[in-house]
Amino acid sequence: MLLGPALILSAILFSIGVVGVVIRRNAIILFMCIELMLNAVNLSFVALAQFHGLGGQVMVFFVMTVAAAEAAVGLAIILAVFRHRRSVDLQNINLLRG
Amino acid sequence: MMTQIVFSVMAASAVVCALACILQRNPVAAAMWLVGTMFSLAGIYVLLNAQFIGAIQILVYAGAIMVLFLFVIMLLNLGHNASDLRRWPALGLAAGVSTALLTTLAGLRFYTPARLAAEVAGASTSQDPARVLTGGTAAQSAMDSLGVVGAIADPLFRTYLVPFEITSVLLLTAAVGAVVIAKRRI
Repeated sequence: MLLGPALILSAILFSIGVVGVVIRRNAIILFMCIELMLNAVNLSFVALAQFHGLGGQVMVFFVMTVAAAEAAVGLAIILAVFRHRRSVDLQNINLLRG
Repeated sequence: MMTQIVFSVMAASAVVCALACILQRNPVAAAMWLVGTMFSLAGIYVLLNAQFIGAIQILVYAGAIMVLFLFVIMLLNLGHNASDLRRWPALGLAAGVSTALLTTLAGLRFYTPARLAAEVAGASTSQDPARVLTGGTAAQSAMDSLGVVGAIADPLFRTYLVPFEITSVLLLTAAVGAVVIAKRRI
């Protein structure tokens, strides 16, 4: 019956992920922070699935699938950008800036 | 009581590992700290009656996705770069955003199963609250009757069959897209 503690832990982990996205410039660490935020949301799905039935756990399953697809495509994009710029620092990646 | 102690230890280790992940300069070390967070979360899932999700958390996240990250880090040879922390405007923004998020979400601390049941009963949803909240032990009772894997397979292959099949199209698209994007010459 750990509903409140699990939800607040999920909020804390999500905030840490947001802070990581804001303060880092390394594109790969940015992706890790996004995975951290997805994990935080998964935790609240699982905590509420204890009471709402197992639809929440099925949603976690789908979130993991989307996370895997996102990581594969995102890392391929980073690889392609690295070939052109020789860097994964987001300050050097400004091709779309007007 | 024992459950709460284990939960506290796992939660503390998850938060510490996550903080170390975002503050660590070396990307390989950051990835290893993130694996620590995922292992702690897998333990918490087991405490929350989601044993199957805990197992695939370790297999898929810590096993597959983080290995993909480590492959890319090693491939790009990123092990030894200078600090990439942003300067103070971004740090102030980070402090503001995290404070706002945490103060907004702090009310979640007082959530209890009884309050959840009252809110679901008061909400104007199409679903019957008595069916949604089967005595506050929906996961536990489903696992008692169907088993750990059967309890999650039943909604997955009945209620959510179409989304499950669409997932296969998503994965195929992602695999083809990743190969095309990462190819040297298109």
